Amino acid sequence: MLNQKGYPSPEQVKTKFPDVKILVKPKAIVECYEKIPCNPCSTSCPFKAITIGEDINNIPIVDFDKCTGCGICVYSCPGLAITVCEVLDDKIRFKIPYEFLPFPKQGEIWSAVNRKGEVIGEAYIEKVTLTPRQDKTQLVQVLVDKDLLYEFVTIRSKVYE
Amino acid sequence: MILNRDLVIIGAGPSGLCAAKMAAESGQKVLLIDRNPQLGGQLIKQTHMFFGSEKQYAKTRGIDIAKKLIDDVKNYPDLIEIWDNATVLGLYPDKVLTVLLGETYRKVQAQAIIVATGASEKVLAFENNDLPGIYGAGAVQTLMNVYGVKPGEKIVMVGSGNIGLIVSYQLMQAGVKVLAVIEAAPVIGGYKVHASKLQRLGVDIITSCTIKKALGQDKVESIITTRLNEKWEEIPGTEQEYDVDAVCIAVGLSPLTNLLAMLGCELKYISELGGLVPVLTNDYETTIEGVYACGDASSIEEASSAMVEGYIAGLTASKKLGKVHPDYDDLILDFRKQLEVLRSGPFGEKIRKGLAKLEGVRVGC
Repeated sequence: MLNQKGYPSPEQVKTKFPDVKILVKPKAIVECYEKIPCNPCSTSCPFKAITIGEDINNIPIVDFDKCTGCGICVYSCPGLAITVCEVLDDKIRFKIPYEFLPFPKQGEIWSAVNRKGEVIGEAYIEKVTLTPRQDKTQLVQVLVDKDLLYEFVTIRSKVYE
Repeated sequence: MILNRDLVIIGAGPSGLCAAKMAAESGQKVLLIDRNPQLGGQLIKQTHMFFGSEKQYAKTRGIDIAKKLIDDVKNYPDLIEIWDNATVLGLYPDKVLTVLLGETYRKVQAQAIIVATGASEKVLAFENNDLPGIYGAGAVQTLMNVYGVKPGEKIVMVGSGNIGLIVSYQLMQAGVKVLAVIEAAPVIGGYKVHASKLQRLGVDIITSCTIKKALGQDKVESIITTRLNEKWEEIPGTEQEYDVDAVCIAVGLSPLTNLLAMLGCELKYISELGGLVPVLTNDYETTIEGVYACGDASSIEEASSAMVEGYIAGLTASKKLGKVHPDYDDLILDFRKQLEVLRSGPFGEKIRKGLAKLEGVRVGC
């Protein structure tokens, strides 16, 4: 599906997630499935948790022991292919990159969207950050339902529906 | 009156700017000519973050890379003379250029020339492809990202290479509805991360599909698409109509080699490199001594490679004129290594194949 449609299969998605037990702390999910010459995720990580190596075409590998889920790689990835995921008791917290108007605001409810662009539920906007360092890519922290762990990827304003 | 200049660089896009910078660092005087009112070439329309490594400004947006490169060049006011709004009309033997500078016609005698003219967009033949509202991707980006004008409200993108995918995303950011991205090949041409960004927004990508015709009176009002079989033949009965007020064509680029051809530089048709390309030495010198080519003018690649090629051409052309950069050997080695890395993955396969063919031509003659 990736080559024809541009979205990964559910099996491919799962290969990028660590065991759910590890996700009790926030961890970067790097959805890079294709060898392209690119390495900002690796060079931007302050904890050296993402490795690409000499050949910048390599697929990034995340060391989940070192990853703190800080979210710097989320807005550093030119492909917007990284999220941070944390499994809470009753919800899942994601940090996602977002580059559209209107800006989401804390406390709002937006639509939760899957990799095919379908609305799959709701996302509560917990926090939105946009520092100069983020270079116009917002980091949006949201809460979604627990069954959306491998489904959720982005948000959409309800204005568009 | 003929003006005498040492090194003339034609084109101030990523490659030409980098060439000028390296020449100035080498102590070489440069005349940098660009036909646009703003330097930076296509970079000034690129609002997305670039790929590559830090050495090629990865994760910086194209528009900000342009600012950096222009600042670099403006750091050498004594060495780099800039003519903007200046179109090179002709290149003649003995390295004479004719230039329309604003409203004035100028003749320049150069000692060496770097041609960094970039590329032109390929067109697509279909019924009514001349209706207003049918744009090339470059025009869409210029309207949207340079002048802040929406090209339409509802658009279909033809072509799923990186340009088609990136411009589709930018259209969505500008509030234009992209109804679909269609691609004649059976697979998506560009990076899948770009494709994934679009799917997330609900933009469908349809492979093995092309545009059959456009309909409309005074401007495009709808288009008919058709699916293609594995032999790239139309499959009857698969036509689909889309109501649109704009169509964006992003089906590839061809090197702009007109000036090189006029001068008599040897050109070869190599499809992997985008069409007719100049035969070059390792130093980016054409078959005419003292005339160099780099960036998309020499082969269609990403801007990251164009920048690195520009650095090399700037160094080698300056050396030819007797100005050797203090770190010449180290820099050349590093830049060649960068190009090798940028081209080493699966996406570099096409360019590697093309360059191997060009190498064959060079060794043969």
